[in-house]
Amino acid sequence: MDTNVADAPEIANPNALQHHFENPEQQKDASTIGMWSFLLTEIMFFGGLFLAYFAYRQAYPVAFASASLKTNLWIGAFNTTVLICSSLTMALAVHFAATGKRRLLVIFLILTLILGGAFLGVKGYEYHDKWVHHEVPGIHFECEGCQDAGHTQLFFSLYFGMTGLHASHMVIGAGILLVLIWQAYKGKFTPDWYTPIENFGLYWHFVDIVWIFLFPLLYLIDRSGQGGLH
Amino acid sequence: MITAPPLVKEKKNYLNAEEGLMSWLLTKDHKRIAILYLIAVTVFFAVGGMFAVLIRLELATPAGDLLDSNTYNKVFTMHGVVMIFFFLIPSIPATLGNFLIPLMIGAKDLAFPRINLLSWYVYMLAGVFGIFVLVTGGVDTGWTFYTPFSSSYSNGYVVMTAMAAFIMGFSSILTGLNFLVTVHRMRAPGLTWFRLPLFVWAHYATSAVMILGTPVIAVTLFLLMLERGLHIGFFDPAYGGDPVLFQHLFWFYSHPAVYIMILPSMGVISEVVSTFCSKKPFGYTFIAFSSVAIAVFGFLVWGHHLFVSSQSAYAGMVFSVLSMIVAIPSAIKIFNWTATMYKGSVRLETPMLYAIGFMGLFTVGGLTGLFLASMGMDVHLTDTYFVVAHFHYVMVGGAIMGYMAGLHFWWPKLTGRMYSQVWSKVSAVLVFVGFNLTFFPQFLLGFMGMPRRYHVYPPEFQVLNVLSSAGASVLGLGYLIPAIYLLASLKYGAKAGANPWGATGLEWQTSSPPPTENFEITPVVTTEAYEYSAQEVIHVGH
Repeated sequence: MDTNVADAPEIANPNALQHHFENPEQQKDASTIGMWSFLLTEIMFFGGLFLAYFAYRQAYPVAFASASLKTNLWIGAFNTTVLICSSLTMALAVHFAATGKRRLLVIFLILTLILGGAFLGVKGYEYHDKWVHHEVPGIHFECEGCQDAGHTQLFFSLYFGMTGLHASHMVIGAGILLVLIWQAYKGKFTPDWYTPIENFGLYWHFVDIVWIFLFPLLYLIDRSGQGGLH
Repeated sequence: MITAPPLVKEKKNYLNAEEGLMSWLLTKDHKRIAILYLIAVTVFFAVGGMFAVLIRLELATPAGDLLDSNTYNKVFTMHGVVMIFFFLIPSIPATLGNFLIPLMIGAKDLAFPRINLLSWYVYMLAGVFGIFVLVTGGVDTGWTFYTPFSSSYSNGYVVMTAMAAFIMGFSSILTGLNFLVTVHRMRAPGLTWFRLPLFVWAHYATSAVMILGTPVIAVTLFLLMLERGLHIGFFDPAYGGDPVLFQHLFWFYSHPAVYIMILPSMGVISEVVSTFCSKKPFGYTFIAFSSVAIAVFGFLVWGHHLFVSSQSAYAGMVFSVLSMIVAIPSAIKIFNWTATMYKGSVRLETPMLYAIGFMGLFTVGGLTGLFLASMGMDVHLTDTYFVVAHFHYVMVGGAIMGYMAGLHFWWPKLTGRMYSQVWSKVSAVLVFVGFNLTFFPQFLLGFMGMPRRYHVYPPEFQVLNVLSSAGASVLGLGYLIPAIYLLASLKYGAKAGANPWGATGLEWQTSSPPPTENFEITPVVTTEAYEYSAQEVIHVGH
């Protein structure tokens, strides 16, 4: 326990151990616990919105079911696939960071960025489509032939609130990815120290999982066409 | 062979290790960041206090002769927003907690020094938004931002204010995250969980509340901003929403936030009472776990703010019972502190005076909380001055008394100087007397039915209101005097030794003020906390 920097196991990156840690294990543990705690705050952050969703869906099931049918199932399904693939490429990037394959690390980080960008592009198209069809809540909102226009609008408020918050996490993630790609290209990460890659992987998977919940909740409420919600 | 270095220069410590403004603004030293926070929260305390002065001046007479109703609405809103978001929530954790946690656990710094500095900048950014609202015309929603008034009808800068609170929340989350990881991973060798000082336990529980609660207010304010700014409705019935959902989400954070304010204070009191009785705190584990219990139960009581907001009577009953349960861990603390004092040789130094004040005032605040937790009683007392008096007994009588106790207790450690014993005792007494004179009459006013948040009132309430305003001026004086003698101590105060109070705890083992690296050699802990008889810490060299 009384090891200091000089006695610490050799680490490839001399800047990686910060002065206030005793050894690399302690530093790694701290980062990992920190990241998981941060994800816990993220769960609570999205949790408020999910609570609002469940409260209103419980209160207005019919309006929510019919509003959900207005979403574009195929675009949503496509984007779900894209995001799951990006989680795969991210997991592979972490793997190649751990095994010290720099070239593959960079390639898979870039692939992750491309897939994330594709998701955002498609999402942007979807938003535009909603705008054209007057499905964005607010003064432009129109809902012809809706039985319950007010609560249909509420569904779209939640739709934009939830997917918008999710997309903003993707945008931030893409920004961080750019930095990581640059650092990986410069050879900053080694099998002894690649904590940022690993922690970013956790973040990316978290954002992916949020979408895995959003997709059925927003797109799939009443796709069976039974019209029955019990 | 003489190798001793010449000891003419003053020993290097965290204050004089580096010089210049940038060495402060770019510091990653938790002690310097604590000082940055200390300055910032003191400024906001003064700002919030000025609004309190306006409120008490207006209420000195029954007529609205100083402020019109709109201005009064803005004044009490800004008082609440500034005091809660900018002072009470960061007050102890970001200053004393930041400074002391690494010292108390024998670490060189918090786990994430850069995030620590970032949290201060985030706080200051929130402050910029807050100040912008102040100078451009304010906001009139009350600090609770209830919809749909806030989202659809208010004329104030709701989005800006919500943004300030939103950003401030991230500063709080970052602080909590840092503490949590630090307590888990940075403890010195031998410092097991049950050897931790109770101050650290209290902050650990606080961090959990910060991490779990604050994101919920963040998303709530995010939705409020969407509704107000972009008409993407969630709460306003005009958009199909339900305003009560806002209240649920708001209080899911804002009630636990009360424990963010009071738990660190309780941690301070545990340290102060033990030190000035030179006794191990009675029931260490009970005090430690009561902090955790308060944090847990604190999340299950928010519904007592909705007794009259269309919540079902059954939900109300459950929340009523759960709210009363919080009184148990709180009472455990009070009983244990008094049991610690029992047959101890109590030294009535300034921090101890504040601590005793805390115990009395917090007990009154807590017991009147039971009145409000009883549903039937609450229907009568909702939105009256009884509620105002209750939470000021907890927030000012509890949280701020604890903050003052802590500030006076650790001031020699922070600065290396002692302050005036006479003046500090005078001000402690003034604060206690002034506080009671200010807020006790408000219990009576509330019980007689005077509603809160009005700038005019019937003439029969004037006597008690004048008493309250008179008390507020004594209280204000009580807070002003420390500002003077504490600042004066920096220049004229006697030098404090490493351990001026004869306290245990690792922070007292290092010099005052501590060196930048906290400990020259990492301490190894071999005893439980608060061993007054066998104060020994074995140092093992590198």
